[in-house]
Amino acid sequence: MTEHPLLRLDGVAMQYGSGETAVTALVGVDLEVARGELVAIMGASGSGKSTLLTIAGGLTQPTSGEVIVEGNWLSEMTPRQVATLRRRSLGFVFQDFNLIPALTALENVSLPLELDGWKSRRARRAALDALAVVELSDRATHFPSDLSGGQQQRVAIARAVVGGRSLVLADEPTGALDSTTGEMVLRMLRARVDAGAGGILVTHDARHAAWADRIVFLRDGRVIDEAAARGVGSLLGAAS
Amino acid sequence: MSVRQSLLAILDQGPCYGYQLRSEFDRRTGSTWPLNVGQIYNTLDRLERDGLVDKADIDADGQIYYEITAAGSAEVASWLGSPVVRTAATRDELAIKLAIAVTLPGIDIAHVIQVQRSATLRTLQELTRTKNATSEPESSQELAWMLVIDSLIFTTEAEVRWLDHSETRLARAAAAGFAAPLPLSTDVPKRGRPVKQTTGASTTVPGDSMQTGPASS
Repeated sequence: MTEHPLLRLDGVAMQYGSGETAVTALVGVDLEVARGELVAIMGASGSGKSTLLTIAGGLTQPTSGEVIVEGNWLSEMTPRQVATLRRRSLGFVFQDFNLIPALTALENVSLPLELDGWKSRRARRAALDALAVVELSDRATHFPSDLSGGQQQRVAIARAVVGGRSLVLADEPTGALDSTTGEMVLRMLRARVDAGAGGILVTHDARHAAWADRIVFLRDGRVIDEAAARGVGSLLGAAS
Repeated sequence: MSVRQSLLAILDQGPCYGYQLRSEFDRRTGSTWPLNVGQIYNTLDRLERDGLVDKADIDADGQIYYEITAAGSAEVASWLGSPVVRTAATRDELAIKLAIAVTLPGIDIAHVIQVQRSATLRTLQELTRTKNATSEPESSQELAWMLVIDSLIFTTEAEVRWLDHSETRLARAAAAGFAAPLPLSTDVPKRGRPVKQTTGASTTVPGDSMQTGPASS
């Protein structure tokens, strides 16, 4: 049996409004993300990057085309089923972290599992494991306001991958961070993907997109080009 | 020139022989700009001529050690304390290519930019993978290597940003209607290297300046 790609977009189109005032955000986009693959989406403002991400994450329904997550056709599912799939399989990372201020780092990470019916103790154990991966075990009981921007984003990454979530959708995750901290966050995202997850990274920053295996360019809602990475080290003599 | 100053700065730590200097330079720059031994000895000869180093001991294997002079140490201090001046007018092949392309008829300049951007991004991906394969620096040697990779990454990123910027600028120019091709000027320069003409050969007319008459061959 062939393994399903984690995510497949098939001829996805999105149009807001109708008639003369209609705005076309996406036109016939095909895209696949496999396990262990990080795909960056680049494009100017208004090119459709964020719309693509919300459609891939089942937050918005496309006007036409299909979104298939782990072999599940979203168009054939009820809203409740889509919500369950989203909770179990997808993790989101946003530019402004979106942590709940009244919850500790640990509670922020364990919340989606508890919402999904996990027993509290098991959810907390999984959340602690996820925080350990992003090197924040010692900040588990801190509230977001006590954490730096980089630490908050690492909590958000832990939340996005906790409990075996397989697809991470990140929208400008380093936008609010300084250069070195942003790089640390990307290094961790990359490590989660290398460990078997898949991911989409929306960014307008080439230096960040370069962490991906493939870079897809959008212009006016269409995929205009794609760049795939070569192997390591052919540019530099001694990558010691 | 940075090779000269770099070798001098290494010698400021203690006497070295030529091959040793090469390995010390590589150790600090991750072999990104490999030097050959001939280049090292030529540089040492010039440094000696300029009074910045002196020949010192010869070891049992016959290696000649070079040691820095007081003037050499002063030059190192001056190098580290002053900015590197980049010459603004260095010819950049890509900038020239786009500048020419934008003036030609029938060129899809957006495509030219996209082809370049994909290639530059692949380079950036490769540098980033190399960086990701390198753990966080835990020694000054690893730190030096990381600084070099970062420099290459930021320079490559700058090219992508410039391409993005150029694309937007071109789109605006096209919308404003002044992105038309630049035809050959009818006001041809008087100077140049005209072909010697024999008596009776046809005169050159504007627009035909690239053609040569049959008598000129």
